[in-house]
Amino acid sequence: METTRKQVEFQREQFTFSGTGEVYSFTTLQQAPEGFEEQAPYVLALVKLDEGPMVTAQLTDLDGPIAIGDRVEMVTRKLTTEGSRGVIVYGYKFRKILPRA
Amino acid sequence: MRDVAIIGIGQIPVGEHWASGLRQLATIAIHDALNDAGLKQVDALYVGNAFGAAFSSQTHLGALVADYAGLGGPEAYTIEAADASGAAALRTGYLAVASGAVETALVVGVEKSTDTVGDARTLARNTSLDADYEAMHGATQTALAAMLMRRYMHEYGLELNAFEGFSINAHANGARNPRAMFRNTLKPGGFAKAPMIADPVNLFDSAPDADGAAAVILTTLERAVDLVPQPVRITGSAAATDSMALQDRANLLYLSAASRSAYKAYAQAGITPDAVNLFELHDEYTVIAALSLEAAGFAPRGEGWKLAQEGALSLTGRLPISTFGGLKARGNPAGATGVYQAVEACLQLRDQAGDNQVAGAKVALIQNLGGLGGTAITHVLQV
Repeated sequence: METTRKQVEFQREQFTFSGTGEVYSFTTLQQAPEGFEEQAPYVLALVKLDEGPMVTAQLTDLDGPIAIGDRVEMVTRKLTTEGSRGVIVYGYKFRKILPRA
Repeated sequence: MRDVAIIGIGQIPVGEHWASGLRQLATIAIHDALNDAGLKQVDALYVGNAFGAAFSSQTHLGALVADYAGLGGPEAYTIEAADASGAAALRTGYLAVASGAVETALVVGVEKSTDTVGDARTLARNTSLDADYEAMHGATQTALAAMLMRRYMHEYGLELNAFEGFSINAHANGARNPRAMFRNTLKPGGFAKAPMIADPVNLFDSAPDADGAAAVILTTLERAVDLVPQPVRITGSAAATDSMALQDRANLLYLSAASRSAYKAYAQAGITPDAVNLFELHDEYTVIAALSLEAAGFAPRGEGWKLAQEGALSLTGRLPISTFGGLKARGNPAGATGVYQAVEACLQLRDQAGDNQVAGAKVALIQNLGGLGGTAITHVLQV
């Protein structure tokens, strides 16, 4: 069993993504879970990264409508706060890549 | 493996049971099932429950329910597989009897959703999502279903009203079912105007959380024929899993576990989809109903929605679904839902479905999903 466990652990290879991708699908939540209620309504998306995998993340810094296929890039943002002491949980969100001026 | 049959069924009305807890709800359904089978004792109790810990701060339901129901201390425990907990408990009971280890198994599905309300219930329900990669980002099951639905509409060029038929059918059948949570009918044209929960999933699209309990009693077919006039045979029982998080699936618009479990159950029963007289599917969202029809071989990929438009799914159609209202109108008491499906299929096959009867039903397919198809459990029931 030891061998198997080590194999599973070591077969996971670290990979750094470029952080860019496109919107595969999205929704605007009107009913949020506890811990997210102050942010509602917010936009959640499935983002297909340029390297292939899909991730679930909020879209942020929105200024206008979203469409499937929109190009997005990863940014670090506050996701929520946990517990009575309000520990902040940071994580990834995505924002639209704006055309360069 | 021994042949297994259902010899007793029980169910309470689905809805908001503010005055009862998990043990009370389960006990009523259990006693109805015992009376139906003409039994007082069983050898084992399997409790299907998804959110006892999250909704009611209560685990260890096997001992709790067995004691309160006065079952005399049988083997008993909870079986959990999110919203597929009920079918998982049914399959556990089936395996126990089929294997020869247990002569008579009692399966009860129970959920007490109203112990928690509002944002807290949404958070509690989120325990069945991927905590790190979905829930932490503010996802909910409804939001994930909404993203599936938007992509389905995008790929196949559909408008919201393409899904209306599923909800109209569910409510038409729920209106005839005295145990359904929603007994109102939906008027054509109203669907697309309902308030959004997570667009494009709206209030008329999504199944309601509910309290409920349903029970079935299983024994060998050999014993069953001597005990009751109308045993219902379980001729197929199969479970499969898919990536739990939507983001990890190779094809988001194909419920792979639903398909694999359905075809395994067909093979065991020795039938093809053509033989099915009614299908209790997991219509928690209309897009999941469409995808379930596709997965079980009733429609090509991308065309499951068409069946709802053709009237094929009504009680007199060629493939009746959600015959007592489905999750949408009967209600979705999470861990109890899979057992309600079994009870309803038995009523159909025993010709005791009253106003909801599918004429001449001999073969019923029931499929219960956990999450959005991360778990899929399918049974074929026959008389």
